[in-house]
Amino acid sequence: MTCQQCEEREAVVQLKRVEGGEVRIQHLCERCAAERGVPDGEETAKTPLGAFLAAMGTDLAGESPLTSGAALAECPGCGATLQDFRRTGRLGCATCWSTFEGPLRGLTRRVHGATRHVGEFYVRPGAEPPDQAALVQRLREQLSMAVADENFERAAELRDRLRGLE
Amino acid sequence: MIDLTLLADGGIGWIDASGPASPLVLSTRIRLARNLAGRAFATRNAPADREAIAEAVGTAVEGTSALGRAAAFRLDRLELRDRLLLHERHLVSRELAGLAGDPVPAGATLLVQGRVGAMVNEEDHLRLQGVVSGFALEAAYAEVDRLDNELGQRLAFAFHPEFGYLSACPTNVGTGLRASVLIHLPGLVLTKEISKVLQGLSQVGLAVRGLYGEGSEVVGNFFQLSNQTTLGKSERDLLDHLGKMVREVMAYEDEARAVLLRDARSVIEDKVWRAYGLLRYARALSYEETMNLLSGVRLGVGVQIIPDVGLYALNKMLVHTQPAHLASAHGVALDDPSLAVRRAEFVRALLQDEGRRAG
Repeated sequence: MTCQQCEEREAVVQLKRVEGGEVRIQHLCERCAAERGVPDGEETAKTPLGAFLAAMGTDLAGESPLTSGAALAECPGCGATLQDFRRTGRLGCATCWSTFEGPLRGLTRRVHGATRHVGEFYVRPGAEPPDQAALVQRLREQLSMAVADENFERAAELRDRLRGLE
Repeated sequence: MIDLTLLADGGIGWIDASGPASPLVLSTRIRLARNLAGRAFATRNAPADREAIAEAVGTAVEGTSALGRAAAFRLDRLELRDRLLLHERHLVSRELAGLAGDPVPAGATLLVQGRVGAMVNEEDHLRLQGVVSGFALEAAYAEVDRLDNELGQRLAFAFHPEFGYLSACPTNVGTGLRASVLIHLPGLVLTKEISKVLQGLSQVGLAVRGLYGEGSEVVGNFFQLSNQTTLGKSERDLLDHLGKMVREVMAYEDEARAVLLRDARSVIEDKVWRAYGLLRYARALSYEETMNLLSGVRLGVGVQIIPDVGLYALNKMLVHTQPAHLASAHGVALDDPSLAVRRAEFVRALLQDEGRRAG
């Protein structure tokens, strides 16, 4: 297939866009795609998360346009898209973490081997402190991890804290 | 030119080698990545947003015990030599100092007070840091945790109940904690065991970097060992794991040194005394050569072959022979051809003092 923009070179990139609620697919050659701001594979690999992000892009490309909502979504907080994230390896704002929650959960699993924060629980100035039950639950999670790691000193410390709360 | 006398200890208190395991471990550093709620991250914010962040942080630190009397440096208003100087002190990253290829980010600010500091407008809005001498994860964490608690009460940080502290790059999310131990491993390098050890470390989730952290090369057999992951483990567990691994590496290093002394004592003696001799008498030294020779002398001091050189003097040489340090001390440009001669003069004078002090 020839490029739909220059009508000269071979099309190698599929550009998906949402216009007026409809998904439009355009077939482009490498040069025209670059002009439209689509990063090439090499550029993606240069970012620290290159390999992960490239793999993530492949996953997303495999999905049907109707189900890949996250791939097309724009973050309401900053306007960033997953394509932006793929290009830079950086998120645009805190809201991106909620907007792209699904793909990011997959990514954090691969990077950290986990998807859930179990460390210090932050309470913003003026906000209500977290409820007791949630805190107990977190400490229990940490305790079972300490036991799994055979870190008995830490496990004893956590057990004491749990006893104090319960 | 910046005035580092504003800082009580020049921001490098760790140089005095007063901490635990100082012959092997130069410093322990812990940083926490934090972002302010409701503000776009660095890749999507405008210079005005960055100014506003620098101002908000500046106001928030007033009255804190951790940074209330901090010296502040605006990196985007400093010349290259001064920015490099702060980087050579490990006070700012290559990115914040504009040394990584891109210009200095707008609003780039460094706050330092004693053993804690904060980089503002780096990849994350805030990179809080605690640095202590020797191998002391608990002490370093106590410093930065106090700063984090104080600032977290004055500024609203971006936090998500599932993902934890939110960062611009997913590799830092969760605790935002990166602890690194700067360790000297000449024994493992000489016995060629080092690649096995480093490979082992990467398998247990630790990252190994060069003297200046991410993207830097290994010079003078100094390695930075740090946790790779930040999510899914508590702060305490991350530190425990790193601590356990560093202790193992230290034991391997001790073992390697014992083997070298047992099987090749005369070779080692020759090597470390040659290093000492060159530093003591050479008339021109390149930075790289100096680092390698200092590694040899440090090994000689560690295994008690060289008696009269203190760790403090060795650390001083490590810091003050770096290009921007020398150039600043003599008021010359970074590429001044006299630097090699001045470096040799500095090292010679210090070693002479050490000899006199001991003798």
